[in-house]
Amino acid sequence: MTDTFTQITLNHYLALSGILFIIGAAGVLLRRNLIVLYMGLELMLNAANLALVAFNRFATVPNLDGHIMVFFIITVAAAEVAVGLALLVALFRLKQTTNTGDLASLKF
Amino acid sequence: MEAITFWVLAVGLIAAAWSVVLQRNPVASALSLVAGFILLGGLFLTLGSSFLMMVQIIVYAGAVMVLFLFIIMLLNLPEEERRPVPWARLGVALVAAAGFGWCLAKALADTPNGGEILAWAGAANVDAGHIGGLLFSKYTLPFEVTGVLLLVATVGVVILGKKELK
Repeated sequence: MTDTFTQITLNHYLALSGILFIIGAAGVLLRRNLIVLYMGLELMLNAANLALVAFNRFATVPNLDGHIMVFFIITVAAAEVAVGLALLVALFRLKQTTNTGDLASLKF
Repeated sequence: MEAITFWVLAVGLIAAAWSVVLQRNPVASALSLVAGFILLGGLFLTLGSSFLMMVQIIVYAGAVMVLFLFIIMLLNLPEEERRPVPWARLGVALVAAAGFGWCLAKALADTPNGGEILAWAGAANVDAGHIGGLLFSKYTLPFEVTGVLLLVATVGVVILGKKELK
């Protein structure tokens, strides 16, 4: 039992990554504000990054493919945030709101 | 020592993530997310990647979160009003979360070597030199494509940001 707390293994990092992913998903599902929704998405991306780096660290063969993958994910996420927030500003100009409940013009 | 660092960072990270989801003021959410990103950078350091820690702090905690805060200030959003708790939907959400958690626990239990301490054969600390060497040899094409992607994103954002779309 004490080993669980004193010896940090791959499973610890994976469990943390899973918890982080669930919290991010909860944010996307529960919140109504589009900006906070984006923050939930960022949390989910970061959970995946943590899992990738942990797998890379605990791999038995020495390679750095996980780190490269995370590097590309961070780059693409930065581009995604810029485009997403530009869309949000355009939407706000049109509707004066960022609440998902008010964006129901496609609903019958 | 490594264990203490891990637990402190992990608990802080989960608290910051919860705070992002639960705060009703978007600015408070954004600041919690900054704290979370910095703690995640610390976790990257415990995994032996000083390069990714710096990228995480510069790109995420710096650039991305400044963008978020900038937009929140620009739109001048009010605090979200309280709404009644939707108990039925909350119940469905809890069942879904429990199912996902069960799948996750199962996957963890089946991870080969997941519970063992393995010695990694690579460098103790992955710095910019290691990553740069790979980016300019094995991963040259994806690296160049990322440059094009960033250009496309920049042009797209400028067009989306125009007053009148034509």
